[in-house]
Amino acid sequence: MLKRSIENLGNRTIQGVWRIGFAARFFLAMLLHSGTAFRRFGLTIREMYFTGVLSLIIILVSGLFVGMVLGLQGYETLQTYGSEEALGILVALSLVRELGPVVAALLFASRAGSAITAEIGLMKATEQLSAMEMMAVDPIARVVAPRFWAGVISMPLLAALFSAMGIFGGYLVGVQLIGVDEGSFWSQMQSAVDFEQDILNGVIKSVVFGVAITTIALFEGYDAPPTAEGVSGATTRTVVTSSLAVLALDFVLTAFMFRGIN
Amino acid sequence: MQHDNLVEIEDVAFGYGTRPVLKGVNLTAKRGQVIAIMGSSGCGKTTLLRLIGGQIKPGQGTVRVAGESVGELDPAGLYRLRRKMGMLFQFGALFTDMSVFDNVAFQLREHTDLPEDAIRDLVLMKLHAVGLRGAAQLMPAELSGGMARRVALARAIALEPTLVMYDEPFAGLDPISLGVTGNLIRRLTDTLGLTSLVVTHDVQESLKIVDYVYFVSEGVIVAKGSAEDIRASDLPYVHQFVHGEADGPVPFHYPAPSYADDLRLGG
Ligand SMILES: Nc1ncnc2c1ncn2[C@@H]1O[C@H](COP(=O)(O)OP(=O)(O)OP(=O)(O)O)[C@@H](O)[C@H]1O
Ligand SMILES: [Mg+2]
Repeated sequence: MLKRSIENLGNRTIQGVWRIGFAARFFLAMLLHSGTAFRRFGLTIREMYFTGVLSLIIILVSGLFVGMVLGLQGYETLQTYGSEEALGILVALSLVRELGPVVAALLFASRAGSAITAEIGLMKATEQLSAMEMMAVDPIARVVAPRFWAGVISMPLLAALFSAMGIFGGYLVGVQLIGVDEGSFWSQMQSAVDFEQDILNGVIKSVVFGVAITTIALFEGYDAPPTAEGVSGATTRTVVTSSLAVLALDFVLTAFMFRGIN
Repeated sequence: MQHDNLVEIEDVAFGYGTRPVLKGVNLTAKRGQVIAIMGSSGCGKTTLLRLIGGQIKPGQGTVRVAGESVGELDPAGLYRLRRKMGMLFQFGALFTDMSVFDNVAFQLREHTDLPEDAIRDLVLMKLHAVGLRGAAQLMPAELSGGMARRVALARAIALEPTLVMYDEPFAGLDPISLGVTGNLIRRLTDTLGLTSLVVTHDVQESLKIVDYVYFVSEGVIVAKGSAEDIRASDLPYVHQFVHGEADGPVPFHYPAPSYADDLRLGG
């Protein structure tokens, strides 16, 4: 009994390590074969449409609602300290530093990441990737790399739009609905948000999340067993793994970026 | 100096995992010929084509195409060689996110600098050859199985390769398309000077068009010969296959424990 379970554990560990190695090689190959994605940028643009543009609705609507909730909750809290005018700062900083990159990335993982995995997995299952190899076209260069760069480019743009919509939502609730002073809402926000500390760090976060999500999604698709169950399992794993990766990376990045800021 | 034999397979063995599939196959394809590879389902015909295409490497022996040992080429060399190969996949393997036209145009766009007008003409010619010029703007999902296979055929010959491998080109075709496809393979081979390897179960149809036939069974070549030899052959294996008899040396069943044991009879 014990021996069996130790064997099992060992087996799984070996398989896990082997898979990580395979993923690392996949990632390197993807970077090495990225030439096509830039030389024929049309391929990447096309994928940006599928991953980025088609995620717009969910990103914009979620951003608006998150911002409106921030407006309500923030006002409630700030009011007890008599500093309602700081609502602009609270909304903007929460969005730009944290919620924008993180929530947009979580939405992106479930909207675009799952679609990428399912598409690549099905292309593999129906031998489209083999057919491409037999036509002397490298699927990593032609199919995988453009999707990777499309995701990496789309992610910060989506996060920025999410934050912008959120700030607008906060403004709607805070200023228009509750009646916080409009002038101080914007001017306080303007003076408190720092370009390098806040905006740039937010962008860096979302680029890192974009790399993580698209890499996981592409790898899961490429590595999926060529069957219906295989592809559906891989799609689920993409959403779970990349969401957890986003949250973990966010913690690590935040710890590094905002050390020593009050 | 051109080699007389485009494909030379010498003593090739291959297995998936521990189960051997091919156990020492010898096969040659002369330039300009149509070669049929026949054998019962699961005997390793698709595997043989994948070895020739370099998608898998032989465990033993050599596969040579145009004098180059496929198993020993580096990726760049392999891709260079594959530009001269066309392959029709058993299940079509059309790119589902592209129209029929774009599928056939794929290699032309990837590997040539031809202007779009020229590509258009070439693609329509290939589609016309398989009778599907009118379907150029359809998506693969809108095609029937037989139509998809014909599009895949047009795509396989788009770059006018020197070697074309057809994995079951006749499966799922009606008798008319079947005859037309057979003749098409013969005609393309003759007019373009190709060499064709046709994996098929359709003995009667393929015997009309092929120059030479190989029979695969249990991982080795059990019979070979020209179409006439095969028709006249009295080898029990060939006879069974040509006449589609259930009883004979070809087992219909995948290796399994005794049927009675599996059903737990008499136990
Ligand atoms: N990827 C794979 N992994 C493991 N075993 C495989 C794989 N592909 C094929 N096989 C096994 O190898 C054997 C030969 O398969 P192959 O596809 O070459 O048969 P085939 O002659 O083309 O059959 P069919 O006429 O039915 O297409 C089969 O018994 C199959 O079970
Ligand atoms: Mg087969």
